[in-house]
Amino acid sequence: MKEPLRKSVLAVGPFHPLQEEMEFFQLTVDGEKVTDINVRLSYNHRGIEKLSETLQFDQVPFLVSRVCGICSASHPLAYVQAVEEIAGVKPPERALYVRTIINELERIHSHLLWVGLGGHFIGYDTVFMWAWKYREPVLDLLEEITGNRNNYGNVKVGGCREDIPDELIPKINQELDVIEKKTEMLTKAVLDDPVLHARLKGVGVLKKEDAIKYAVVGPTARGSGIAIDVRRDDPYAAYADLDWKVISQPEGDVFAKAVVRLLETFESIKMVRQALAKLPKGPVAVDVKEIPPGEGCGHAEAPRGETFHYVRSDGGNRPVRHKIRAPSYVNVPSFKASCIGADIADVTLTLAAVDPCYSCTERIAVVDGHSAVIHDYEELLRLSREKTARIKKDIGTSPMKLEAF
Amino acid sequence: MQQNELDRQLSRIQDKLTGIDRKAANRVFLPCEAENVYEVCRFLFSELGLRFVISTGIDATGYFEVLHHFSNDESGCVVTVKVFICNRESPELDSITPLIPGAEWIEREMHDLLGITFRHHPNLQRLILADDWPEGVYPLRKEVQA
Amino acid sequence: MDNGLLIIEEEARTALPIVNHQSSIINRLQLWSLKKSIWVFHVNTGACNNCDIEIVNLLTPKFDVERFGIKLVGSPRHADALLVTGVGTRQAAKRLQEVYRQTAKPCVVFCMGACACGTGIFEGAYHVAGPVDNIIRQVDPNAIIAYVPGCPPKPQAMIMGVVKTLSTLQPKEKYATERVGQTVVADPG
Repeated sequence: MKEPLRKSVLAVGPFHPLQEEMEFFQLTVDGEKVTDINVRLSYNHRGIEKLSETLQFDQVPFLVSRVCGICSASHPLAYVQAVEEIAGVKPPERALYVRTIINELERIHSHLLWVGLGGHFIGYDTVFMWAWKYREPVLDLLEEITGNRNNYGNVKVGGCREDIPDELIPKINQELDVIEKKTEMLTKAVLDDPVLHARLKGVGVLKKEDAIKYAVVGPTARGSGIAIDVRRDDPYAAYADLDWKVISQPEGDVFAKAVVRLLETFESIKMVRQALAKLPKGPVAVDVKEIPPGEGCGHAEAPRGETFHYVRSDGGNRPVRHKIRAPSYVNVPSFKASCIGADIADVTLTLAAVDPCYSCTERIAVVDGHSAVIHDYEELLRLSREKTARIKKDIGTSPMKLEAF
Repeated sequence: MQQNELDRQLSRIQDKLTGIDRKAANRVFLPCEAENVYEVCRFLFSELGLRFVISTGIDATGYFEVLHHFSNDESGCVVTVKVFICNRESPELDSITPLIPGAEWIEREMHDLLGITFRHHPNLQRLILADDWPEGVYPLRKEVQA
Repeated sequence: MDNGLLIIEEEARTALPIVNHQSSIINRLQLWSLKKSIWVFHVNTGACNNCDIEIVNLLTPKFDVERFGIKLVGSPRHADALLVTGVGTRQAAKRLQEVYRQTAKPCVVFCMGACACGTGIFEGAYHVAGPVDNIIRQVDPNAIIAYVPGCPPKPQAMIMGVVKTLSTLQPKEKYATERVGQTVVADPG
């Protein structure tokens, strides 16, 4: 006898191998469709805003760089911009260009990371290995420039802590050429693959009106036709001097977001090349003696969207208040709008499409379930990959055209 | 909308504000009384179509402040509504979540960390502090040591 | 001999894992079983993600830890080692203890990164219950804990940390080089 449809609860989280932070989403489902989502955060909450009040202004960039590992250039940049607003400080031109270069390099490796994770969720582990292999040269470059693969510690109030040595510029350009070729190949493979089209199109759609209600930002917004980008809207660093475009797609599904991220990677490569070519001579920092009383807002376009910092000073050495808003804070709740009514096989992918960075949001979800767990994360991943396999079978496969390692 | 159009539009709600503070061309602060906060935010979000960015809660020792930040992406202007809550014992403010679902989490967070109650919030439960965090201890308040 | 290991040794010179355990209690045969093919389970207890991403990097072609037999598994019950990142937030602490309990013993807890080693830059933050070793020792005072510092530790350092720890736990072979420095081991007997 066929079992009647019943409401059941799936728990996604709190630990699983590839979605790095602990998060716990409790999904209520009716058969195969999601009907409700509850999210509990807290696992990642460290209390950074309060800690910031105990540090001096020039110590804070090191702290906020570690709000999120993969947006670790954007947070300190947004913060120092807020403080520079309070102090009325303008960093030298060379500093603005160096900031742009580091931030765009970060965007490149962050988007490649996402492409890899997306591939993993749908069972394209070759894409995962491949994308992550080609992130490595970017991380190595960042290490040569700043001293660390992540957590660069490159900005301070008044400019940058380190310069990009001119001798390094030809090497950066060389690496960019290689990365561009590889990204071209990856993009073509994604855009041409009929299985990916079938698997990703129409999945996890975030409608434009929902995107506005949830105030989403970044590729999540640009993938739903909302073409906002802080680099163009409120230009900072050297973005106003460079020639680039804001990429957006109207459909709002996972495919659209993938396309936005891939095409943005090319724009970033373009921007780094231009910035290197136009890098002005001069110092990379001005001396800032004190921060007067006041308040400032700094925002930067992190790979996931707008990172917003609000800082208030009372004329002392430390911020009186430092508000940190990472992009995932507004993007993750939109999961509710994009997941309700969706297949459970698509849940992991839809969440991944938001490119959640829970540590950014200082949260991890935990929900006290009242019902027994029916499917855990492993199960959801399996369902996602099975769906891909079914689609492959229906369409008739030809292996994804990626050259050998 | 363009900046000069925005400036013009903002003067339409001047009667609901206690001032318009233009710190820079692209940074405008709108202080207002607590009872007008919903109306001002509705004007900015629904009528002017500004994007909600986030809210900041501040313990200014004698009183609380809640700042709602909005962005006019077309001109890159951040418009911040600034509200003062003088009742330190039981601070309350009207929630803007019924208007802007994207504000749900931050109001819950301000409730957790500062103890501000948002009236008419659809789901004012604990969001960000641990299950075993003691009730009544609000970490962002100044009396709590860092 | 895989040349890869020698190269890693050079590059990870500054990453000295410090191993601390009371081996008098641990059955040497069990330790022997830990030496080959380590299955690891990754636990994030409130991290910024950098360490976590570097851990996932270990699977990718440049570092490819699977050639050492190190495999990332989806459940602590299958794991020989826990790779723990993060400061150990208040909410995460109990869950970490639960994961530790579920992990088959013997197991090694690797504290990956400055946060896990000693809360790092988040020292004193109100929601931090860590560091990780304190949280683990509340449930098992004799836990085997290894520390791989860095913010984040480079993948080479992580591999070196795991490899050195495992050779330290070897009951019979000599492991030491001057670089190991502060490693504390019980008498191999």
